[in-house]
Amino acid sequence: MDNGLIIHMQGVSFAYPGRGLVLDGLDFSFHQGNRLGLMGANGSGKTTLLRLIVGLLKPLSGRIEILGRTVKEEKDFVRVRERIGLLFQDADDQLFSPTVLEDVAFGPLNLGKTREEARAVARNTLQALGLEGFEDRITHKLSGGEKRLVSLATVLAMQPDVLLLDEPTTGLDESTETRLVEILNGLDCSYLVVSHDMDFLAKTTDNIGYMSDGKLSFDEEVVPHTHIHVHPHGRYTHEHSEK
Amino acid sequence: MIEEGFSQGNSLLHRLDARVKILWVVLFSVVTAVCDQWPVLTAALALALAVALALALAVAFMARVAPRELVRRLMPVNLFVIFLWLVLPFTVTGDPSFTLGPLVATRQGILYATQISVKSNAIVIALIALITSTSILTLGHAMHALRVPRKIVYLFFFTYRYIFVIYREYIRLKEAMKIRGFCPGTNLHTYKTYAYLVGMILVRSSERAERVHQAMLCRGFRGRLYSLSDFSMRTADMVWMGAMSACVVVLGLWNG
Ligand SMILES: Nc1ncnc2c1ncn2[C@@H]1O[C@H](COP(=O)(O)OP(=O)(O)OP(=O)(O)O)[C@@H](O)[C@H]1O
Ligand SMILES: [Mg+2]
Repeated sequence: MDNGLIIHMQGVSFAYPGRGLVLDGLDFSFHQGNRLGLMGANGSGKTTLLRLIVGLLKPLSGRIEILGRTVKEEKDFVRVRERIGLLFQDADDQLFSPTVLEDVAFGPLNLGKTREEARAVARNTLQALGLEGFEDRITHKLSGGEKRLVSLATVLAMQPDVLLLDEPTTGLDESTETRLVEILNGLDCSYLVVSHDMDFLAKTTDNIGYMSDGKLSFDEEVVPHTHIHVHPHGRYTHEHSEK
Repeated sequence: MIEEGFSQGNSLLHRLDARVKILWVVLFSVVTAVCDQWPVLTAALALALAVALALALAVAFMARVAPRELVRRLMPVNLFVIFLWLVLPFTVTGDPSFTLGPLVATRQGILYATQISVKSNAIVIALIALITSTSILTLGHAMHALRVPRKIVYLFFFTYRYIFVIYREYIRLKEAMKIRGFCPGTNLHTYKTYAYLVGMILVRSSERAERVHQAMLCRGFRGRLYSLSDFSMRTADMVWMGAMSACVVVLGLWNG
């Protein structure tokens, strides 16, 4: 394991049954401390990539190494999921317990914490996200934005090393989005954020990857350029200005 | 849809240990169901009504709504009872009571139908009074504490959680249809559209279930749900359980 390499994918290909390749020989490495953004057209395979990392989908070919170990089978991924948290695109998929506190405590309890510990972790996480007083709220009666923040709390409560976020800003108003930016910037955690919102990524990430043709590419590798941009992230604006 | 209108409150009935409530309702239902003496059945109905009244009084600000709400919730049972009334009096053999065209109603038949009406209403009233004063959440945990099989408890929780989501999905699809000028009639197009609607809801629900399961896996789910809450029997629970069970036992003995 060289200098904090957490996720290492080599030549990973994937296709849903009866369709062409979504990922086609994709290479990707993710290091400790990375804060990456991920963009790409609808249907380019971003969600698919995140699902492969946590083992909800299995690649057709290629290698996935996580924390220095090759992961292949379900039991390998059980340990991966304790270290890598995934925030789903739809918050209703993530929140299944009747009350907020129970949902946030679900992960810690599964990790073997006692009820008291789990309760404490859940409370602290909610507090850190500015969600005090939400403990006994009924999850399906929350607003869309509240659901999203609570979902984030459920993932953070597991204290993961890496956070994978699938379009966390959809359906958030400006102030909640600002809050999310602050939360992410205050996190002591590496993360990979999928988003179509350039400004959001500019504020929360250090580098942006771009999915196309089943492959993932990053700024430096694809478009080496020296001119100064107004934007912190060269490639996207660059592409526009060339068009 | 599931409403929990009565579940908020702080009366004795609300604070009662949910396990006690479930156990008592089961006991009461069994005894009421097997009794067949009129005075006993009347007493059982009275007992159920008394408990319901206690709840109605406890939820004071709702007191005016409560009777109407109670009647509304009794509707489904009584719909079923009405069908029994249409059939039983004319099919049970016995002494003729009155005739309706070619049909002869018997005294035994009428008594039998009345008995079923009283029994089912008594049981449902008791159930409504005790169960609706408990939140669904607590009920689920109480079921778990009473050693109800885990799968049933999960089923109960997930039904509660996702019925709203599925209902919303249904409404969304229906609105999408309306917006594009669909208006139901008695024709093949309507049937086909409804078939699509139902099919779509089934597919979406099953996909949703898949994703929820995946989200649970991502958070370390290994087939066990842990509960955050604990139940504790207090003196009040014991006293209530003792007194109310005694009532039911007396009913049973009285019936002989
Ligand atoms: N369960 C599935 N079965 C079959 N095909 C699927 C399934 N899920 C996704 N796909 C297809 O795989 C491709 C990649 O989907 P994916 O969800 O990864 O895209 P995405 O980059 O996340 O898109 P978006 O920005 O719209 O969220 C799409 O063409 C999609 O139609
Ligand atoms: Mg996606």
